[in-house]
Amino acid sequence: MTPLAGFLLMAALLFAIGLAGALTRRNAILVLIGIELMLNAANLNLIAFWRYGPHPEALTGMMFAIFSIAVAAAEAAVGLGLVIQIHRHAHTTDLDAMNRMKG
Amino acid sequence: MQETISFTPQIAASPIAEILWLIPALPIVASGVAALLKRAKRQTSATLAIGSMCVSLLLSLVAFGHVLSGWANGQAVRETVNFTWLQVGTANVDLGWVLDPLSAVMLVMVSFVGLLIFIYSVGYMAHDQNFTRFFCFMALFAGAMLAVVIANSLLLLFMAWELVGLTSYLLIGFWYQKPSAAAAAKKAFLTTRVGDVFFLLGIVWLFAQTGTLLFYNHGAGSIEPLALAELLTQHAAWGLTAAGAIGLLIFAGAAGKSGQFPLHVWLPDAMEGPTPVSALIHAATMVAAGVYLIARVYPLMAAGGLTGGTTTALTVVTWVGAFTAVFAALIAVAQNDIKRILAYSTISQLGYMMAGLGMGGVAVGMFHLITHAFFKALLFMGAGSVIHGCHEEQDVRRMGGLKADMPLTFIAYAVGMLALCGFPLFFSGFWSKDGILEAAQHWSLARAPFYMLVSGAFLTAFYMTRQVVYVFFGIWRGGKPAHESPLVMTAPLAILAFFAMALGAIGTPAWPWFKAFLDGHTAGFALSGFREPGLLALMGASTVVVFLGLGLGWRIYGGPAPKPEEPDALEREVPLVWGWLSNRFYVDELYGVTVIAFYGWWARVSDWLDRRVWGGAVAGVAWAFGLWAQVNRFLDTNVVDGSFDKGCEELGVGGGLLARVQTGRVQTYLRLLALAVVALAAILIWSSRA
Repeated sequence: MTPLAGFLLMAALLFAIGLAGALTRRNAILVLIGIELMLNAANLNLIAFWRYGPHPEALTGMMFAIFSIAVAAAEAAVGLGLVIQIHRHAHTTDLDAMNRMKG
Repeated sequence: MQETISFTPQIAASPIAEILWLIPALPIVASGVAALLKRAKRQTSATLAIGSMCVSLLLSLVAFGHVLSGWANGQAVRETVNFTWLQVGTANVDLGWVLDPLSAVMLVMVSFVGLLIFIYSVGYMAHDQNFTRFFCFMALFAGAMLAVVIANSLLLLFMAWELVGLTSYLLIGFWYQKPSAAAAAKKAFLTTRVGDVFFLLGIVWLFAQTGTLLFYNHGAGSIEPLALAELLTQHAAWGLTAAGAIGLLIFAGAAGKSGQFPLHVWLPDAMEGPTPVSALIHAATMVAAGVYLIARVYPLMAAGGLTGGTTTALTVVTWVGAFTAVFAALIAVAQNDIKRILAYSTISQLGYMMAGLGMGGVAVGMFHLITHAFFKALLFMGAGSVIHGCHEEQDVRRMGGLKADMPLTFIAYAVGMLALCGFPLFFSGFWSKDGILEAAQHWSLARAPFYMLVSGAFLTAFYMTRQVVYVFFGIWRGGKPAHESPLVMTAPLAILAFFAMALGAIGTPAWPWFKAFLDGHTAGFALSGFREPGLLALMGASTVVVFLGLGLGWRIYGGPAPKPEEPDALEREVPLVWGWLSNRFYVDELYGVTVIAFYGWWARVSDWLDRRVWGGAVAGVAWAFGLWAQVNRFLDTNVVDGSFDKGCEELGVGGGLLARVQTGRVQTYLRLLALAVVALAAILIWSSRA
């Protein structure tokens, strides 16, 4: 098994865990944590493909990862802000209770 | 002694002829304004009517003066003002008015008598609540009548003629609350309409033949020699020329308006109207319009006759007139309503005028028309004064002795009565009636009209004596005592009485001014006029006849008058004849069982056709459409609506299914997203392997 395949397996595992968490948790904060896991799995892929790719001397993979982490941080801030607002409004963070956004 | 002066062709009409239209227009405008007034504006309405008539009279006098001065200068005036009213294809329908001796004389007569009657009406109608409406109608009548007089087009004459008929209808039915008045108005309208249909046929025929309805148009008019010569070459049925046939049709219209037999039945009933209406419309002017019409189209009536000869049309006019004269006089003998006696007398006198036209020409008939207008208006207004004074009593048997109570009315009435009877020398009726008798005596075709007219004169004297004796002599047999009428009523009586005597002076054989004026001769005063063969004998004979009538009347009725319930003196003598006379020869009853019964039957047939046949057809069509509508409704509900509803329902169901996907749960969406990604990945992998 090449080191790349190991990283890819690791990233896939991480993504699957994140997806399972996002789909099964009913708490909005835990769903956000699941989404963070999936993002980080993607970051891991980016780094792995860069480190074991044909041009490891260019810093492309790292740049992608840093941008992705910045976007993830912003997303986490927005997501947490939304959750806080919803909690203030509805006194719950249960996603099943938040089903009013439909036609 | 007599020299004919020719009608000089007029290049331009004189100023008075140009504004001749104002004479009828003023009263019509006054009537229009009066129609807009409130009911309470009594004085305004009367002032408008009388004022407009005063101006019309003044203009008429000016026009008359103009014609008179032309005549005095040896020039017969005939001025026409024509204009095109309509253009139909290539044909022009022209209207216009004419100023000639005939229209000038009539203008003065109508406006003068009309004005007097208007003034009289102020007193007579003083207590009527519809005073304003009355003067509105009266002014309209006067205007229309004046338009008849000046019309130079048969069409314009016909329009005014119908307007006159309309106002006659309105005024006979003025007291429309009375069923008898409403019925009389309807009867008058419908009866005259019978004549007018023929009249209209005559007009259309004349237009078809000559292409114009103008009387005079500088040689191109329909009764000028050129057109008449053309008409004489056309032959209608039964050996008549077109001129004769058209003349007869026009005479039918004139007979309807002038109450000639057999269309006379409406005139006695027309007495239901207020008395001034009877005086103005049904004695002096409108009923004379028929005579005037014949005088106006006289060239047409006389066309084709040889010199001194006569034509078929004029022969018919003569016979109808003479028969009506004696027929109506007979009926008048046995009437008891003061106004009905006068009405039959009017019919009889109109018969004289027609006979005079037929046998003696325009001047003879028109002279009697003019004198009759004055003395018959006088008699009617006198009768109105009597009725007014006797508290609306009209039955002569319930009057009597009014000589003392109403002296002014008595004197005026006596003058009118003597003029009507033809009392010799001092009364106009004598001269005008003698003119007709003289013409009848010289008529070439038959002697019978002469004897009929003489017996008519005898009867006239008789029934007028009967009436005057009943009303003014003997003792008062009514209820409340009578009173004399106010000055506003008696003053016009006095004026008319003066003219009833004085007018004779213009038509004596010694100074036949009227005839000369109308015919375009010069006339001089010469007692030698009496020296014509047979004239003095005729005058003597007619005088004897009149005195016989007066004497017999006085002998039968001069004694103490019977009580109103008792039979008449004449009825005791000859009950059978009396029955026929008092029932007006059963003419009304005859019409009732023939014409009216036929119309009733025809109306019932039409009603049945309407209800059963046409009504059934209409109902069938309606039923078929109803059925068709039912079919359409079924198609609509089951086919059109069904398919549309089904489509809507499917859309709804589809929407509902899709709506279930949108649960509002974020995780469901996420789950679907994940499934879609997996499916996408599976497709990609599977396709890259293949």
